[in-house]
This record gives sequence, C-alpha cells and structure tokens, in this order.
Amino acid sequence: MDYAFYQEYWWLLVSLLGAILVFLFFVQGGQSLLYTIGKTEDERSLLVNSIGKKWEFTFTTLVTFGGAFFASFPLFYSTSFGGAYWPWMIILICFVLQAVSYEFRKKEGNILGHKTYEAFLLFNGFVGLLLFGTAVGTFFTGSEFIVNKENIYQPMMPVISQWQNPLHGLEAAFNVRNLLLGFSIFFLARVLGSLYFISNIHNPDINKRSRKQVLINAIFFLVCFLTFFIWTLASKGFAVKPETGEVYMQNAKYLHNFIEMPIIGIAMLLGVVSLLYGIGIGIFCPKSAKGIWFAGVGTVLAVLSLLLILGYNNTAFYPSVTDLQSSLTIRNSSSSYFTLKVMSVVSLCIPFVLAYIFYAWRMMDKKQIDMKDLESKQNPQY
Amino acid sequence: METLDLSVVDWSRAQFAMTAMDHWIFVPLTLSLGFIMALMETMYYRTGKTEWKIMTKFWMRLFGINFAVGVAGGLILEFQFGTNWSNYSWLVGDIFGAPLAIEGIMAFFLESTFFVIMFFGWNKVSKGFHLAATWLTWFGATLSSLWILVANAWMQYPTGTTFNSDTVRSEMTDFWAVLFSPMAMNKFFHTVTSSWIVGAAFVIGVSAWYLMKNRNIEFAHKSIKIAAGFGLLGIILALYSGDGSAYQVAQKQPMKLAAMEGLYQGNNGEGLVAVGILNPAKKEYNDSTNPFLMKITLPKLLSFLAYRDFNAYVPGVKDLLDGGYLETKPDGQTVKPVTTNEKIVFGQMAQNALKGYKIAKKTHNDSLAAVNKAIFAATSPYYGYGYVKDKKQLIPNIPLTFYSFRFMVVFGGFFLLYFIFILYIKRRIENMKWLQIVAIWAIPLAYLTSFSGWIVAEVGRQPWAIQDLLPTFAAVSDVPVGSIQATFTIFAVMFIVLFVAIVSIMVKEIRKGPEHIQ
Ligand code: HDD
Ligand code: HEM
Ligand code: HEM
Repeated sequence: MDYAFYQEYWWLLVSLLGAILVFLFFVQGGQSLLYTIGKTEDERSLLVNSIGKKWEFTFTTLVTFGGAFFASFPLFYSTSFGGAYWPWMIILICFVLQAVSYEFRKKEGNILGHKTYEAFLLFNGFVGLLLFGTAVGTFFTGSEFIVNKENIYQPMMPVISQWQNPLHGLEAAFNVRNLLLGFSIFFLARVLGSLYFISNIHNPDINKRSRKQVLINAIFFLVCFLTFFIWTLASKGFAVKPETGEVYMQNAKYLHNFIEMPIIGIAMLLGVVSLLYGIGIGIFCPKSAKGIWFAGVGTVLAVLSLLLILGYNNTAFYPSVTDLQSSLTIRNSSSSYFTLKVMSVVSLCIPFVLAYIFYAWRMMDKKQIDMKDLESKQNPQY
Repeated sequence: METLDLSVVDWSRAQFAMTAMDHWIFVPLTLSLGFIMALMETMYYRTGKTEWKIMTKFWMRLFGINFAVGVAGGLILEFQFGTNWSNYSWLVGDIFGAPLAIEGIMAFFLESTFFVIMFFGWNKVSKGFHLAATWLTWFGATLSSLWILVANAWMQYPTGTTFNSDTVRSEMTDFWAVLFSPMAMNKFFHTVTSSWIVGAAFVIGVSAWYLMKNRNIEFAHKSIKIAAGFGLLGIILALYSGDGSAYQVAQKQPMKLAAMEGLYQGNNGEGLVAVGILNPAKKEYNDSTNPFLMKITLPKLLSFLAYRDFNAYVPGVKDLLDGGYLETKPDGQTVKPVTTNEKIVFGQMAQNALKGYKIAKKTHNDSLAAVNKAIFAATSPYYGYGYVKDKKQLIPNIPLTFYSFRFMVVFGGFFLLYFIFILYIKRRIENMKWLQIVAIWAIPLAYLTSFSGWIVAEVGRQPWAIQDLLPTFAAVSDVPVGSIQATFTIFAVMFIVLFVAIVSIMVKEIRKGPEHIQ
C-alpha cells in the first residue's frame, strides 16, 4: 500500500474521531441544559450524575483526536494551534474547568461553592461547543496564514507557520458561515443531550422537559445547519490540482465532492435520515428512549461525511485565504510514510478499544437512574 | 527583516514549565495510589472481609479527586505543543506525535473507561470484574506514562530518525529504536518507580495522622503496612534506575551531567559531590574562580557512575565547550571528541546546505542539489548548533540543576531509611508522636523530591528542546508575547485556585475518614 493510501486512511481515522467527538458532545449539550431541564437542586444533581458518567469519554476522545491529528498531520497541528491561538486556548480552558467540576461540585471544602462549578459546566457547554464548531467552520471558509518551511534556516525568524490576522483566530467568529456551523453543533449537542437524558434517567418531569428541548433545539439546529450546508454546497471550494499540488478556487467544490464520491453522499443522506428519525422518536414517541441511538449513529455518519469531503478528492482541508498555496492538504501536511505505516498497525487496536468501551457502557447503563440512586451509599455521587 | 521576540520564548517556556509542574502534582499519586488500591481490593477479593473493601473505597475516593485534576492539566500540555511550540510540532511531529497518538488510543481510553467502572461500578458489575477494572485503571495510567516518557526521552536523545531535506523535518526511520532507546527505558522505569514513593508517603502520612488523632487505628496500621512495603520496593527500584538514568545522562548529555555536578574542569577519577555549596561569584565558565565554596566528595565515584570505570575522565563544562580532552567510549576506547566550535561550524554548514539544496532544486540544478544534499547528510546531526551564536548559550542553569540533583539523591536516601524503619517498628509507630509528625511532613517532601527530579531532567537539557537538533528558541510559535502572558496568567490563577480547592477537598475527605463508607 502506498503513501497516498495511508494519508487517506489517516484522514478517515481523524474524521471518524471527530465525528464520534461531535456525538459525545451530548455531554456538553446536556450541561448547557442543566438549568433548563433541571428545575430543582435534586433534579440538577440527577442530570449531573447522568452525564457525569460519560464526560471522561468525551474528554478522552478530544485528547485522542488531538493526538491523532498531531501524529498524522503535524503541519495542521503546528499551523492551526500555533496560529489560531485564542480559540483553541479558550476551548482548553473551558475543558479544564469542566474536568474538575463534576468531581468538585458537591464536595465539602470545594471553596468556590457548587453554583460556581455548575457555571463552569454551563461555560463549557456554551462557549466550548460554539468555538469548536466555529473553528471547524474555518476548514470550509479558510483562514489567514502563510506556511513557509524554508523559514527554518532563517536564524532570526525560524517559525514555519505564521498567522496573518492579529486576532489570532478570534476573527473566525466574525464569519457568518463559521458561526452557523458553531451554532449547528451547539444545538445538535443539546438535542443529543436531551435524548440522552430521556434514555438514561427515570423521572417523568425530566423526561417531559427533555422531550420539549429536543423539539426546540432540533428546529434551531435544522435552520442553522441547512443554511450552512446549502451555502457551503453552493460556494466556491478549495480544490487542488493533483499533478502540481496547486490550490485554486472551484465553483461548488463540496457539492462536486459529494457527487464524485457517491458513497460519502449516501452516508451523508443516511446520517441525516437517521438523525431525524432519532429526533422524531424523541418528540413523538413518549414510550421510547431509543432516540439517542439513532440520532447518535446519524450524527457520526453525517459529521464523518462532511469531514471526508474536506480531505478527499483533491481538496484542501485547511485552506489559507491569504496565500492559497499555503493551504494544507492531506498530501502536504501529513507525517512520513514510515510513521503513518507504524501508526496504522497501532490503529488495529481501535475496534478492540471501541468494543470494551461499548461493553463498559452497557454494563453501567443497564438500568436507568433515578432519585433513589442519589442516596445510594454504595457508589460515590457527583 | 522580522526577528523573533525572545520574550516569546521565555514566556512560552514559563507557561510550559508551569503546566508541566501542575500536571506532575497529580500524576505520581495516580501511578502509585492506583497500585495500592488494587492491592487492597485484591485482599478484599481473596478474603471477602469488608474492612478491605472500605479501605479500598476510601483511598479510591482520594484517587478520584486527584485524577480529575490530573487529566485536566494533561489536556493543556498536549495542545500546548501546537499552540506554543508550533515549529517544534512540525519539525519533529513525525516522531513526537506518534507516541502521543498511541498513548491516546492504547492508554487513555483504557484508563478512563475502567476508571468509570471502578469508581461507580460497585455492585453493578461482578466482584471479579470490578477488581479487573481497578487493575486496568492502574495499568492504563502506567501505560500512558510509558508513551509520554518515550517521547520525552527522544527529545533528550533523538534516535531512530533522520532529517529529511525534502520535507524539512526529522522523520522516523526506526520505531523500535525510539521505543526501546535505553534513555526511554530508564526514564520510564525511574519515573514510575519513583512515583510509588510519593503514593506510599501519602498513604503513610494520612494514616499517621489518624494514629495521631487516635482514630481508625486498625485501618491506619493496615494501610501503613501495605504502603511501606510498596514504598520500599519503589525506592529500591528508583535507586537502581536512578543510577541507570545518571549513566544514560553521562553518555548522551554530558553537559547535563556537568551541570548536575557543578563540574567545570574535568579529571580522571573524578569524585561525586556528596555535599556542596556553589560559589555565586563564579561568573564565567572559563574564569579561574573556584566553583565551590565548600564541598565534600566521595572519591572516584563520579567516574565510576558515569563510565563504570573508577579512572575514567569526566569532562566538565569547560572541557565540553573548549575541547582538549579525550572521551571514554562505553567499550573503554578513548577518542578525541568533536569540539563545540566544530559542531557550530557543522551546524551552520548544515543550514547552508539545506538552503543551497532548496535553491538548487528550484533552479533544477541537479548536481548542485546532490552536493548540498551530501553535505547536509553529513552535517545534519549538528543541525541545531547552527542557531547557536555563542558557546555560552549551551550551558544550562547550573545552580538549579546542581541543587535539585542533590535534593533528589539526599531524600532518596532518606526515603530508603524511612520505609525500612516504618516496616521495622511496625505497630510501635502508634506511640511515637515524632514519627507520626515526620510521616506527615514526608508527604510534601516526597513531592518535592519528585519535582526536583524533573528539574534536573528538564532544566539540565537547556538550551535544547531536542538535543543537538532544535534549541528552544527555534521551537516556538509566532504568537504575540501579550497573548502568552495573558494565557499564562489565566492558567496560573486557574491552577492555584484548583490546587487550593483540591487540597481543601482532600483534607475534608480525610477528616471525614473511612467511617462513612459502606
Ligand atoms: C521521589 C522521587 C525520586 C527519587 C527518590 C529519586 N528520583 Fe531521580 N528522578 C525522579 C524522581 C526521583 C523523576 C521525577 O521521576 C525524574 C524526572 C525525569 C525522570 O526521568 O525521572 C528523575 C530524574 C533523574 C535523573 C535525570 C534523568 C534525565 O535527565 O533524563 C537522574 C540522573 C536521576 N533521577 C537519578 C536519581 C538517583 C541517582 C537517585 C538516588 C537516590 C534518584 N534519582 C532518586
Ligand atoms: C508534556 C507531557 C505530557 C502530556 C502532553 C500529557 C498529556 C496528558 C493528557 C492529555 C492526559 C489526559 C488523559 C485523559 O483524558 O484521560 C494526561 C493524563 C495523565 N498523564 Fe500526562 N501528559 C504529559 C506528561 C506526563 C508524564 C511525564 C506522565 C508520567 C510519567 C504522565 C502520566 C499521566 C497520567 C498517569 C495521567 C492520568 C491522569 C492523572 O494525572 O491522574 N503524563 N496526560
Ligand atoms: C510531568 C512532568 C514534567 C515536569 C514537571 C517538567 C518540567 C519542566 C520544566 C521545569 C521545564 C522548564 C525548563 C526551563 O525552561 O528551564 C520544562 C520544559 C519543557 N518540557 Fe518538561 N517536564 C515534564 C515532562 C515533560 C515531558 C513528558 C515532555 C515531553 C514529552 C516535556 C517537554 C518539555 C518541553 C517541550 C519544554 C519546553 C521547552 C523548554 O523550556 O525546554 N516535559 N519542563
């Protein structure tokens, strides 16, 4: 198997991790609904204890997503993180605050009081998702940077990737299309969070309010996402001439990608259908708690397809609008053939990892939780 | 021409050091308490006695509090390679990224998945499965430290890689050489086993406090017994692997060794400084001021530790910079080493050849490209020296390295005696107030000892981010210094507040004691 194969394989894996991450953002979505769905102190505790057993998965997926991106496309890591400094830093900060909040919220001696830790959870739910989505939006709309590997032998200024906008990434939030994606992810996560509460918690009030939130957030999600999606399909995209590696603007590039790679197009369609079906269960079937699974699979498929069309079919996945030729493609930003090959061997563990996660998840969630669980002395509570 | 603002480098370093230090507050306890808990749960599994279960659960609570904060710091560290060391991320991402990714896939998921079962799964899963989850959490944590330490060891001693002039970066050529580099193996072994000391000191200290308050007596005795045995094992292995680490440093980073010993002018049969006070009046590496105000040395020991030969020549800072000595190879041969001046010339040649190669490529001058490529291949091991303006930049902070090393070794000795003594006196500790006080103070002491180890390792390798390849000032991102100062401040406030909170929560939890656990 040649170099190109491994580059495409790793783009697939990174996209898959990204897609799973967006699904797992149901934790953040749930956090953002803490006060909307939880009306009393106890209800909020129930919600926190429900998503609290899952936050580690989201967090670890984020970590692994970062690590895998670093290892397979280091030039992206170097260019985006070192350039769009501020959004990434703020994302980190709100994830750090999240990590401690579950554990500290109800502990005696936590200094800041439980309201503060709940505020951290809300902060992570709102700002974290919005910024993350906005940052991913720049994969479609482009950023302002220049990459020049030859800087490395400029002893006075050896930095290879240089950001051109003094806002260092915050400028992305002034682009409507990026924001639309940011809000799409935000509302999607809230839909997923509500569906998760429905499946995980046995409590009529919470159930009713969650179903209402599914409806409201699904409407906002659809509006934001469809606008983003249609706009993106209709816009020019960043295409690459395979022979020379030259980057140029092509009309309706992303639409072309869907058409030229029909499997991805079909996956996108299936994803959206499955997502809508899951949402439908949440809204219209008060007996069923299965919505999260359909919506989850749908989310993974849809996000995966969106990320795949960014990298495949001679497309620049991290485009530069300052200097088109600095744009990153899976060809010019990847690790060496050898490294990709070594890591591909390691990636064979992934099905095994997914299997034990799935197994552990099932073991822990056999039974829905309710208020009685909060009093249980057997297991610690958040 | 644009020039890099050097304060960017300093602030990036400060920020990295701070986050790494923060992470290291929590990691050693995870690595060690995980094992202690798993041992206790194994006792519960085998005897079925609830006292073991309560003991397991009590320490597990403290573990959980500690774990959450440790995980949080790790996230910042990981992304910081991109945000603040972007040049580094490109130049060595091909090697450095891989262990990080493998760590995520193999270790972090193991750790966090089984953590959830261990923490919340009592009575939800079978006893045997729960026990397995506890062991797997510890195993996952230890596996994470393996991969990150492999990455760190590679920075100290880059191996299994070549510099590719076409892609302008270092690329991996031999994965096993990276993974099983002797530097990596020693580092892993030493870091993990020395962490056990921290956890043992923690458990003994907390238990001693119960004894002092005359409560939970049986609980305390049992915990102390397990912890002291584990700690003794840890310190013995840490002594052994610490010696191995020092040997690796002598071979691969002689400048760090010279800094650890405050050695300016080397000698045959050099002694090891047991106690010493550095002379602050020493300003230049090559002036005639005596570097020590006072010192007591153990004769010939340094030569032996560094080269396994009592009469070997150990080069000092001056020898390393100015040359004029013979280097002892592991097989006993002596050779004339490449001098620093030569290395700097080679480094500049490598950078010029790279530039020449690129220009020749653009103008399609194949023969010129081939010549430059050949020069580059021969000189690229010294690539990083091309950035060095003045030899003196190559000297790390000697006092910090020197005193940190003394601190680690002295207290390493202390902990050996301490654990032996605790095991020896057994239950009599109940009546020894002074020992209980010592045990409480031994907790921060163990942490400080562990920290000082990292200071030796990381400060001693300055100015290199990657030994001989990339000095820290060429590794940074081009971010305005004001932004880094801002994030530094935010992190500092956040870390301090969270640290105070975690200590306060831990203290509350310890005060409450195991009584409330079922
Ligand atoms: C409680 C902790 C502890 C104790 C008692 C010791 N160490 Fe240590 N040491 C560490 C904790 C540590 C550490 C934190 O784990 C370090 C930092 C980086 C590393 O690889 O391990 C370390 C690093 C470190 C290094 C630097 C390695 C490098 O730069 O790569 C050397 C040479 C030693 N140690 C040697 C010793 C010796 C000879 C000891 C004998 C008593 C000793 N250490 C006890
Ligand atoms: C610069 C270097 C480092 C980086 C980038 C890093 C990264 C990380 C990350 C991202 C996590 C969170 C994992 C999760 O989501 O579960 C983590 C946790 C952890 N890391 Fe690190 N780490 C570094 C240094 C170290 C070192 C030196 C060790 C041990 C020798 C270590 C051991 C651990 C352990 C045991 C955990 C589990 C959580 C805890 O702290 O209790 N790390 N690290
Ligand atoms: C968790 C334990 C660690 C601690 C306490 C620690 C400590 C430090 C300290 C004190 C510095 C500052 C040195 C100076 O600027 O003079 C530093 C720098 C640095 N360390 Fe570590 N370190 C740890 C682990 C690691 C690991 C595992 C890696 C890499 C895999 C690493 C990579 C770096 C880098 C890239 C820098 C910044 C560049 C530099 O200043 O050299 N560190 N660390």
